[in-house]
Amino acid sequence: MKMSQDLRQNIPPSDLAFNFVDVVALDGQFPVLAGATLCGAKGTLTAVIGGNGAGKTSLLRTLAGLNATSRGTAQVLGCDLNLGGGQLVGRVGLFGHNTGLYDELSPRDNLRFLAKVTRNSKRAVDEALAAVDLNSRVASTPLSRLSAGQRRRAGLSAMVLRSPELWLLDEPHASLDPAAKVLVDHLVAGALRAGSTVVLTSHEPELAFFMADQVAEMAGGVVTKITRGQGGISDVS
Amino acid sequence: MFRDAWAILVKDLRIELRTRVGLWQVLPFAAISLILFSFALGPKASTLAHGAAGMTWVGVLFATFLVVGRSQSLEMGTGVSEAQRLAGVDPAGMFLGKAAAVFVQLLAIEALLGLGAKLLLHMPIERLWLLVASSVLATIGLAAVGTLYGAIVAGARARETLLPMLVLPVLVPVLISAVKCWQAASVSKGLAIGEWLSILATFAVVYLAAGIILYGQVQESQ
Amino acid sequence: MKRYGLTLTGALAAVTLALTAIFGILITPPDVTQKEYARFLYLHPPMAWVAYLAFGVAALSSILYLWPRTRRAYFDHLALAAVESGVLFTGLVLVTGSMWAEPVWGTYWVWDARLTATALMFVMFLGYLALRRMGGTTEQIARRAAIVALISSINVPLVHFSVLWWNTLHQGPSVLTPGLSSQGVHGAMAWTMLLSFVAFTSLFVWMVGRRIRLEQLRSGVGNDALNDAIAARLAEGDVVEVSA
Repeated sequence: MKMSQDLRQNIPPSDLAFNFVDVVALDGQFPVLAGATLCGAKGTLTAVIGGNGAGKTSLLRTLAGLNATSRGTAQVLGCDLNLGGGQLVGRVGLFGHNTGLYDELSPRDNLRFLAKVTRNSKRAVDEALAAVDLNSRVASTPLSRLSAGQRRRAGLSAMVLRSPELWLLDEPHASLDPAAKVLVDHLVAGALRAGSTVVLTSHEPELAFFMADQVAEMAGGVVTKITRGQGGISDVS
Repeated sequence: MFRDAWAILVKDLRIELRTRVGLWQVLPFAAISLILFSFALGPKASTLAHGAAGMTWVGVLFATFLVVGRSQSLEMGTGVSEAQRLAGVDPAGMFLGKAAAVFVQLLAIEALLGLGAKLLLHMPIERLWLLVASSVLATIGLAAVGTLYGAIVAGARARETLLPMLVLPVLVPVLISAVKCWQAASVSKGLAIGEWLSILATFAVVYLAAGIILYGQVQESQ
Repeated sequence: MKRYGLTLTGALAAVTLALTAIFGILITPPDVTQKEYARFLYLHPPMAWVAYLAFGVAALSSILYLWPRTRRAYFDHLALAAVESGVLFTGLVLVTGSMWAEPVWGTYWVWDARLTATALMFVMFLGYLALRRMGGTTEQIARRAAIVALISSINVPLVHFSVLWWNTLHQGPSVLTPGLSSQGVHGAMAWTMLLSFVAFTSLFVWMVGRRIRLEQLRSGVGNDALNDAIAARLAEGDVVEVSA
C-alpha cells in the first residue's frame, strides 16, 4: 500500500489509467473488495496474484465497471465509477473464464457481429482471427462444438478486434497449450506497444514478477502488497 | 441505434436458423394449443368458427412467452450480456433488434396459426388486409412488451413463472383488439374496426417508446 | 418533527375512521332504492380513491427513482409502501364491490371497464410485489421494480378503453345500474362520505409513512451489516489492518 502511494506521487493523475483508493465493491451483500487500493499508469502491465477467493477476479470486474462500488475513490480512464460504470462503455475489454461470445455462433460469425456493433471492418475480423491462429475450419464451427483452448482463442480474438484502452485478462494462461501461452504474451506485448494498459491475474508469481511492471498481491478483498516487477514483457517481440 | 438493432436482428435470426428452436418447439406447441382449443369447444363447426379468432390469439400469447424466453436466454449465456455492454452495444438498439427478431418469429407463427384457423376451425376470411394489418400492429406490441419484460425478469429467480404473471395482464388490450379485428376480418363489413386498430397502434407506439427509453436501465438491473 | 406529524396523521385516521363508522352505521338513513346496502358508499368509493392514489404515487416515485438526478432510496421505499397499500385497498375495493353488487345488481361481477381495469391493476401490482421477492441486490430490485411500476401504470388507461369498447360495442350495457334515490344524497350521507374520504386518505398516508420508516430502518441495518461483512472479508485474508 505504501508502494502504491509512492508510485502515485511520481505519476501525474492524467497519466493514470486507473486509480483505486480504499474501494469497497459489493456483489449482492458480500464485499468482494473490502477497501482495495491500487493504481496503474497508462501503457503499463499490472499483474495481480493471490490465492483463490482473494478478490482478483472481482478487482478486474470492478475495473470494468461491472461491480458497483459503494465506498472509496474509483477512477478508470478518467471516469468516476461511483457515478456508474456506463461511461466506460466501449473502452474496456474483459477476458475471463467466459468467452462472452454466443455459443450458437461460430467464432467468425461472433466477430462479424461484434465488428458491426463496434464499427469495425470485415477485414479487421479476418486479421483478429489470424492473430490468434484460428484456421478457417475452426473459425466457422459453432463455439459450442469447440475445445476449451479453441474457445479461449476465440475469446482472445474478440479482444484483438476491439483493442480496448484497458485490457483486463483473468488468468489468460489457464487451460492453454504452450504455443497459446506464447501467443497471449505476444498479444499483451502488442497491446502495450499500442498504448493500451493491461491488468492480468496470474497463479504463477515468478512469471508475474518477470513480465509485469508492477505486481499486486491480494488477500481478503484488499491489496496487501505492491512490488515493482522486471517489465520483461517489453522484450517480447 | 438502428445499426446496432440491425446487427442484433441478423444475429438472432441467424441463431434461430441454425438451432431451429422456434421451428421444432414453439410451432408444434402453438399448433397443439389450437387443436386442444378445438377439442374444448368443438365439434360444432359454427362454434369453432366463432371462437377461432380468440383461440388463435390465446395461442399466440402463449407462444410469445416461449419466443421471448428463448430470445433472452441467448443473451444470458455466460458473460454474454456483460461483453455486449462492455463492447458498447447501444441499449436502445439492443431492444429494437431483439424485439424485431421476436416480431419476425411471432408473425411466422401467426401466419401458420391463421392458416390452421381457416382450415381446421373454418374461420371465414373476407378482408385479408385487415387480418394482416391488425396482426402486424398487434405483434409489434407483443414483441415490444415481451422483450422489455423478458429482460426485466432475466436476472431474477423463477423467471419462467414470473414472466407470464407480469405480462399477461399487460397484454389484455392487445388480445381484445386483435381478436376483434380478426372477427371483423371474417365478415365483409359491419363490425367497427377503427377503435381496435387505434388501440393496437397506440399500444405498439407506447411500448416501443418505453423500451427504447428504459432498456438501458433494464440492462443495468440484470 | 416529521415523525410527530406522522403520529398526528395516524391519530386523525383513527378518529375519522371511528366517526365514519358511527355516522355510517347509526346516524345516516338507509337509501330508498338501495336500502341498507347504500352504506357501502362510506367504504367502497373512498377505498377505490385510495387505491388509484396509491398507484399514482407509486408511478410518480418510480419515475423519480429512475431519473438519475433524483435517484434516492427514499423514492424506492415510497413506491414499495404505496404499492403495498394499493394492493391491499384494491383487494378490498374488489371485495366490497362484489358484496354490494350481488344484492343491488344481482351479480357479483360485470365486465365493466372500470371493474376490469381495477382487477387487472390488482394483478399487475401483485406481480410487482412478486418481482421484488425474486432476488438480486437492493439496487437491482429497486430499479427493476421501478420500471415495472412505470410500464404497468401506462397500461391502465389502455386496458380501460379496450375493455370499455369491448363491452359496449359488442353486447351493449347488460346490467341496469340503479342509482341512489332521485331525491339526491341526503345531507348526513354527503357529510359522512366526505368524512370517509378524509379517514381513508389519512390512513393511507399513515400506513405509507410507517412502511417507509420500516424500510429505512432495514437499510440502516444494511449499513452496519456492511461494516461487519467488510471486517469478515478482511479476516478471510488474515489482513489485520488496512491503512489508507
